[in-house]
Amino acid sequence: MSELKYAVGTKNTAGDSPRANELSSEHLEWVPAWGNATGSVAYVYRPTTLEGIQDVLTLARENGRSIGLRGGGNSYGDAATNAENIVLDLRRMNRILDWQPETGRIQVEPGVTLAELWQYILEDGWWPPVATGTSMTTMGGCAAMNVHGKNAAQVGPIGEHIIEFDLLLASGEIITCSREENSDIFHAAIGGFGMLGIFTSLTMQMKRVYSGLLNVETETRRNLADMFSYFYENVAQSNYIVGWIDSLSAGSSLGRGDVHKANYLAPGEDPNPTQTLRLDNQHLGPNLFGVMPRSIMWMFMRPMNTNPGMKLINQGKYIAGRFSGAKRYQQPHVQFHFLLDYIPDFKRAYGPGGLIQYQPFIPKETAQDAFSEILALCQKRGLPNYLTVLKRHRPDDFLMSYAVDGFSMAMDFRVSDSNRHRIAWLMKELDEIVLEAGGRFYFAKDSTLRPEVANAYLGEDRINRFKALKQRCDPEELFQTDLWRRVFA
Amino acid sequence: MQTESIPPSRPLEPTPAAIVIGASSGTGAALVRRLAAQGYAVAAVARREEELERLRDEICRSLPQAHVLVVPHDVRDYEAVPALFEEITRKLGGLDLVIYSAAVQPPVNVHEYNFEKDQSMIETNILGAIAWLNQAAMRFERARRGQIVGISSIAGDRGRVGSPVYNTSKAALDTYLEALRNRLSRYGVTVTTIKLGFVDTELLKNAAKTFWVISPEEAAARILAAARQRKQVVYTPRRWQLVSLVVRTIPSPIFRYLNF
Repeated sequence: MSELKYAVGTKNTAGDSPRANELSSEHLEWVPAWGNATGSVAYVYRPTTLEGIQDVLTLARENGRSIGLRGGGNSYGDAATNAENIVLDLRRMNRILDWQPETGRIQVEPGVTLAELWQYILEDGWWPPVATGTSMTTMGGCAAMNVHGKNAAQVGPIGEHIIEFDLLLASGEIITCSREENSDIFHAAIGGFGMLGIFTSLTMQMKRVYSGLLNVETETRRNLADMFSYFYENVAQSNYIVGWIDSLSAGSSLGRGDVHKANYLAPGEDPNPTQTLRLDNQHLGPNLFGVMPRSIMWMFMRPMNTNPGMKLINQGKYIAGRFSGAKRYQQPHVQFHFLLDYIPDFKRAYGPGGLIQYQPFIPKETAQDAFSEILALCQKRGLPNYLTVLKRHRPDDFLMSYAVDGFSMAMDFRVSDSNRHRIAWLMKELDEIVLEAGGRFYFAKDSTLRPEVANAYLGEDRINRFKALKQRCDPEELFQTDLWRRVFA
Repeated sequence: MQTESIPPSRPLEPTPAAIVIGASSGTGAALVRRLAAQGYAVAAVARREEELERLRDEICRSLPQAHVLVVPHDVRDYEAVPALFEEITRKLGGLDLVIYSAAVQPPVNVHEYNFEKDQSMIETNILGAIAWLNQAAMRFERARRGQIVGISSIAGDRGRVGSPVYNTSKAALDTYLEALRNRLSRYGVTVTTIKLGFVDTELLKNAAKTFWVISPEEAAARILAAARQRKQVVYTPRRWQLVSLVVRTIPSPIFRYLNF
């Protein structure tokens, strides 16, 4: 019987000596998509050093598993998950390697978050050139997804502010890439969703600011046409611009909503910049409406997360904006940028099924018609999106670019077991509209892209060029994610 | 094990994955058929490879989209389980449900004390279950999700003259599953004990007298319904619960004079 004692479930019992490079089930974890509508189980490793990363490469190779790279885990879909394989979480590689307050040049490791970045540089009078809606994103993740902010039309995505980076290839070799050196890899690894290699250091140019505050103006617009005309009139004269759409309004007020624009303060405009640039001036405040702790807000939002509930909230927000009219005020940077951090865990308000986001990018010539059609179709199918954000974009020269000279509309859909197939079907219908309008998609937000749709908007030539670079940088296809296999494998 | 892998999962339309141990015939085979029809990718584990292949081919004829992984394995080969489990989860691309349905019940007469037969029941019915479900429990605890279903029997409720060791093996399985449930429920993992009555399978041909017999298909349907509802202990069909209540309440001094 002693034989049996050791035979059953031997893997983790003492006395058993596993190979040094065996995958340990101790590392198994559920790795969620940010939207919680999906996720997968993987062996998660969180090294702190380059040697630690190299060990994981060896481990993966010896066990025949692929490696999915993960930063803050803020991609809505499966861009940073890798079912039954290895997930290399780089958040602990979070040192700031070099900072030059005179020129605003910073060199960081990939796990440095946007929050750590702005907190490090603000008191010297600098701000990140591109800020995502949450400050939990890491710089490695931002570069891999080539993220944008509310100033996408004015300054482009974050890739345009990256001066150079070091990329660790699957072979273990580290190469330096910039617009001059390895320029093809530079333009493909940025926005290359972690498929070419691991950013081990990134050098970026920060933006000079002369105050901790922004001049913000808000007003309401009566419909989508009105919304678009506001963008056309104001994009050139503002540093940031973003629209919020009441996606449950229909008919002549289809596409109505609020617009926010913001400008930096000119030098000398802030009478006391050293005070406003201090970290303790940049806070979101502990309470909403003065009384409601922000941290439990999602619990109160959850019961409202239904079609009628959200109609009420969207209408209420619009009407409140309408009544109070156009407003001008000054706001600390964090309050303007990090709306997603304002209500911690707001995704939990969407219930156990989570949410997905659908964000098409459509050229300006066709955008207004396509967005009208999309909003109307979602309503017709009884699957209205609960939070819709409109932004202006400009094209860029990155290989896997999602950007167009046009607009993007980001839409959040609540997912449940009873509606997930209907949503999937609706997304197929929306894909048709977007492709017809010459639109594109964004891997950081994607949960539904199909290979044929990716082929149609990227073009076979572009995909082949990307795959050729992958072949060069990662011939064994060591770097993979669920998204890669879903769309490109 | 066949090498074909499951196509990549799509976030809104995931392919759920299940392992059925003891899948070549009877209730196990019916479970595989039903899971495949429900869209699961299923790993069918059993000793008889030809039976499994026949089952897979039969399923794939009616459901060309079905994914059935044939895994020849003797549940008494405990040492092979951890590596096999890892390989299966990898090929399935995930794991949502594990059903342990393997059991043997050789005919034993009331004067027979045959250690070989007894050992085979302990090995297949309970030690094999522990070897497989330990792996499932370990994984599900870490993943904070998952579902374990153990196919036990009303036979585990009392020790009876006709089948001492079969009763013992099922009683042990009940207790083991209860303990797993108590360990794992705090991690969001469900453990369901199915107390089957008589099912029209090979196992039944050694039974003396039978009644309320259900087909393997009906048993599979009821088992998966219980699993879907995340039940804890389910008598199948329900009326056995009443019988069990009576059988368990009969005091031992009386029970020992009974001959069933």
